Amino acid sequence: MANEFVKKVAEEKYKFGFTTDIDTEIIDKGLSEDVIRLISSKKNEPDWLLEFRLKSFNFWKEQTSPSWGHLTLPDIDYQDISYYADPTKKKQGSETKEIDPELMKTFDKLGIPLEERMALSGMAVDAVMDSVSVKTTFKEKLAEKNIIFCSISEAVRNHPDLVRKYLGSVVPYRDNYFAALNSAVFSDGSFVYIPANTRCPMELSTYFRINARNTGQFERTLIVCESNSYVSYLEGCTAPMRDENQLHAAIVEIVVMDNAEVKYSTVQNWYPGDENGKGGVLNLVTKRGRLIGHHSKLSWTQVETGSAITWKYPSCVLEGDDSQAEFYSVAVTNNHQQADTGTKMIHLGKRTKSTIISKGISAGRSENSYRGLVKIGKHADGARNYSSCDSLLLGSKCGAHTFPYMDIQNNTATVEHEATTSKISEDQLLYCRQRGINTEDAVGLIVNGYAKEVLNKLPMEFAVEAQKLLSVSLEGSVG
Amino acid sequence: MSEQQYIDFYTQCRNLIMSKSCGVMNDVREKAFKRFKTVGFPSRKSERYKYTDVDKAFQTDFGILFTPLGITPSAYIFSLKDAPADVRPYYNRLADQHDGITLLNTMLAHECLLIYVPADTKVEKPLTVDNWIKGEVPSMMNRRILVVMEKGADATIIVNDHATDKQEFLTTQVIEVYCHDNAHLDLYEIEETTPLTKRFSNVYIHQQPYASVRHSVITLHNGLTRNLCDVILNGEFSETTLNGCAIGSGKQHIDNNTLIRHNAAHCTSNELYKYVVDDQAVGAFAGKILVEKGAQQTSSQETNNNLCASPSARMYSQPMLEIYADDVKCSHGSTTGVLDETALFYMRQRGIAEEEARMLLKNAFLGQVIDQIDYEPLRSKIFVKVEKRFLGEMEKCKTCNLCK
Amino acid sequence: MLEIKNLHASINGKEILKGVDLTINDGEIHALMGTNGAGKSTLCKVIVGDPAYEVTDGTIRFNGQDLLSMKTEERANAGIFMSFQHPIEIPGVSMANFLKAAVNAKRQAMGLEPMKASAFLSMMREKRKIVAMDSKLINRSVNEGFSGGERKRNEIFQMAMLEPSFCILDETDSGLDVDALRIVAEGFNKLRKPDTSAIVITHYQRLLDYITPNQVHVLLDGRIVKTGDASLARVIEEKGFDWIKDEI
Repeated sequence: MANEFVKKVAEEKYKFGFTTDIDTEIIDKGLSEDVIRLISSKKNEPDWLLEFRLKSFNFWKEQTSPSWGHLTLPDIDYQDISYYADPTKKKQGSETKEIDPELMKTFDKLGIPLEERMALSGMAVDAVMDSVSVKTTFKEKLAEKNIIFCSISEAVRNHPDLVRKYLGSVVPYRDNYFAALNSAVFSDGSFVYIPANTRCPMELSTYFRINARNTGQFERTLIVCESNSYVSYLEGCTAPMRDENQLHAAIVEIVVMDNAEVKYSTVQNWYPGDENGKGGVLNLVTKRGRLIGHHSKLSWTQVETGSAITWKYPSCVLEGDDSQAEFYSVAVTNNHQQADTGTKMIHLGKRTKSTIISKGISAGRSENSYRGLVKIGKHADGARNYSSCDSLLLGSKCGAHTFPYMDIQNNTATVEHEATTSKISEDQLLYCRQRGINTEDAVGLIVNGYAKEVLNKLPMEFAVEAQKLLSVSLEGSVG
Repeated sequence: MSEQQYIDFYTQCRNLIMSKSCGVMNDVREKAFKRFKTVGFPSRKSERYKYTDVDKAFQTDFGILFTPLGITPSAYIFSLKDAPADVRPYYNRLADQHDGITLLNTMLAHECLLIYVPADTKVEKPLTVDNWIKGEVPSMMNRRILVVMEKGADATIIVNDHATDKQEFLTTQVIEVYCHDNAHLDLYEIEETTPLTKRFSNVYIHQQPYASVRHSVITLHNGLTRNLCDVILNGEFSETTLNGCAIGSGKQHIDNNTLIRHNAAHCTSNELYKYVVDDQAVGAFAGKILVEKGAQQTSSQETNNNLCASPSARMYSQPMLEIYADDVKCSHGSTTGVLDETALFYMRQRGIAEEEARMLLKNAFLGQVIDQIDYEPLRSKIFVKVEKRFLGEMEKCKTCNLCK
Repeated sequence: MLEIKNLHASINGKEILKGVDLTINDGEIHALMGTNGAGKSTLCKVIVGDPAYEVTDGTIRFNGQDLLSMKTEERANAGIFMSFQHPIEIPGVSMANFLKAAVNAKRQAMGLEPMKASAFLSMMREKRKIVAMDSKLINRSVNEGFSGGERKRNEIFQMAMLEPSFCILDETDSGLDVDALRIVAEGFNKLRKPDTSAIVITHYQRLLDYITPNQVHVLLDGRIVKTGDASLARVIEEKGFDWIKDEI
């Protein structure tokens, strides 16, 4: 009885923590040129891509893991990880492309039905498990508008020119340690191409799932939005509860042309580890967009509740005149989670405008840092930035930190930054409790109110999910 | 690497320095030297020296000056040599033993000015320290000041920094301040030097319960300036205010770096730094408020406002909060921008010429910091100097009497 | 005194004034009425030279001078004063310093020596009585912490200090209670010389009960569509603007 009860509680806390029992083809642990050649050959990649991977790998070997974050990163043994796991290969030599019912069930359980008739209205999904894209829905319907939405492996095969043109054009492989690693071993992810003068008729979404043991996920997403076009893209992630850390080092690249607009939303709910800090995903991600076109727009919205460690700075390079960028973030850390997250806004074009709204919530023994850079280049006349970073502390054993960097090289620019750190208001708690709401629900309520500005930026389906997540993530943090 | 010349110099001259100095300073000298040999000068990669190239600043082959202290007889100002035995151990206790500049100062300084205010003593008139540096060759000076405020002591200290404009000078300065229970100190540092002057100042302040300290650093005219100020609030209900006011033009460089560490509960800290950077001047502000576990009921506000007045001026702003206690109210704000166009228009509608309106607004902008100077004669003096500075009447340090 | 011909002006590329013609002779008071957004404030801001607005066509002559070629402060020193609808706060700039700079700028333009500090202070003392301004307010920064009514009073006080020949009152009555309105309006009347001209923008008759206009203009969609005598304001107070729209 007691065991059952414990199990139930644990599952409620992280309800995505189940594992899928499925035959998965996993290559041997370890990282070397041979492993990279193996991954590349498994995916039947062209030579230029293999070269790109090898160049990245050689660069990565010479680098050391960055240490500037306010994080205690465990020593990662890169030779103790498998870099490729394919749950779609049932048996060796099997040619059928039928999806294993187990996989369908897994994604159903995650609330991501892969059958189009059951799908959420107005949303196309690319489902990625471990290293491979399982299925992309509504591909044909999108193709009618010449929109390409497929896995990146498929894009390499079917649209090599586009991939070759843009891959690494936003995040070069030399950008940082984890970007180099990803560039060497990246497996799957999504590719989105919106042609000129096209408004994407549905939300595009990728769902990432880590399942296999001792594997890392190295997804790569590339979004190109041509002139006068629009797309809204969502990303969701979960992983099973495992005692060991799982490595996730992704790259997202976005290119936005004249008058185009891209909205990128993330609800990140990788397994955060248990109450004692055991296990959990190491989420080490490089996300960046280039606003190449004039009057282009890019907005990042992220709700970060999962992962043992989050190291992530979705950034914008505002190159085009009058381009606009936004970063809206809620990061919740509990127990032993550590997050060092924020953004970079690099203003190069004239009259460029950026807004940063960051809400950090720390509980338990967690560490939660905002780190951001606002840089105004010499020629960015009339550029404007407004940043507001608030931190909320629940409990006296956690930490909340704010590290903004501002570098202004233009005298017509206006840069404003404000930050506050405070604890949850006793008055608000009392008020809720007097109205009969228990402390835990009251905290959930207040935190949701606190994060509302960001949650409002999410598409409907995600917003509801995100609200629930915030409350669940903070369970047991006050009392 | 330019540290080598200082290592060589010390190796050759240690006996000379020691002979000019006193026991308490010589006792820590060798240790500082050993550490300096290992850590050297901080590079721009180290978080607290991101904005100033230390190595480059020290490259010149400076002659090292061993000017004796000229002390006007006072009940509170001494040379550390003559200090009572129980005061001497304060020396070098607060100074950061990992900071290359502090280590260099500790190894080269031959004299230390001691300001000692006994318990429950209120010093009515400000204690003034005038530093000036002159010489026919590039010269370096290593200043050291120790301030001990006993329980309930109350004083105002003004440190003026001047230099003649003929030569390249570099000063390192380390000020250590101990404020015991209920003591109050107002410490002003005013720099009016020349474009050829480089200044590296490290101030360390330690506060006991109910102690209050206000430190204001005003850079009116300079070459390259790097001011570091570290405060430890070690007793409950202590209060710190750090203010800074900087005017940069030409190729001037002004870098203020602060750290306020809240170690005890119920403490308050406030910071206000304002910069006006013109021409190709570079301004940098980095300030961290660190609230340690258990420092509940901390209240802290950090503000940095900057005006960039020319297309080639550059401003770095980095206000930081690092917080490990939950019952706190901490905030920071930073703005960098242009003069308020609406205010400018309003003034011009009243007939005030644009240039004058701009100057009035710049004065008003810095006025918020200067208004906080408690000692009235100094406040008026700084107001006048700031105005003159904006009028271009202070291109050199010619307004001060000391350099004539 | 003021002659506006075919004035077109825009802000951020949007045309607000679409051909305004208006002549104001010495000693005349002209009331300007119209719906919100009709361009009343824009017209005033263009006259005083707000750099935010771009004049795309037309001319303004002030006592024979080409006003549009003059800087904002030159126009002010030539005698144009505007009482702003929303006077701005200027933290850190004291009222005294601010007005001293303004008064001396005007004196310099007239070829006079700067005023001595003592003379200036007694002038401030004297003038503030006209609008019953609290001396405490004079010691603060410009408009800092002033209530809406205090700001309006401060505008008329500044007018007293600068003795303009042409005044623009942009909704000076808004936000004032009956007593404050009387003080401000009577202050204006006291300061006015026989040849002082003015544009008065208002939505209400009550200000015009104190300051009787020679002419009333109705500005709609960037043009003056109707002109009449003081009685027109009373008709508008009663019937609004719709009937005028119907007429045109």
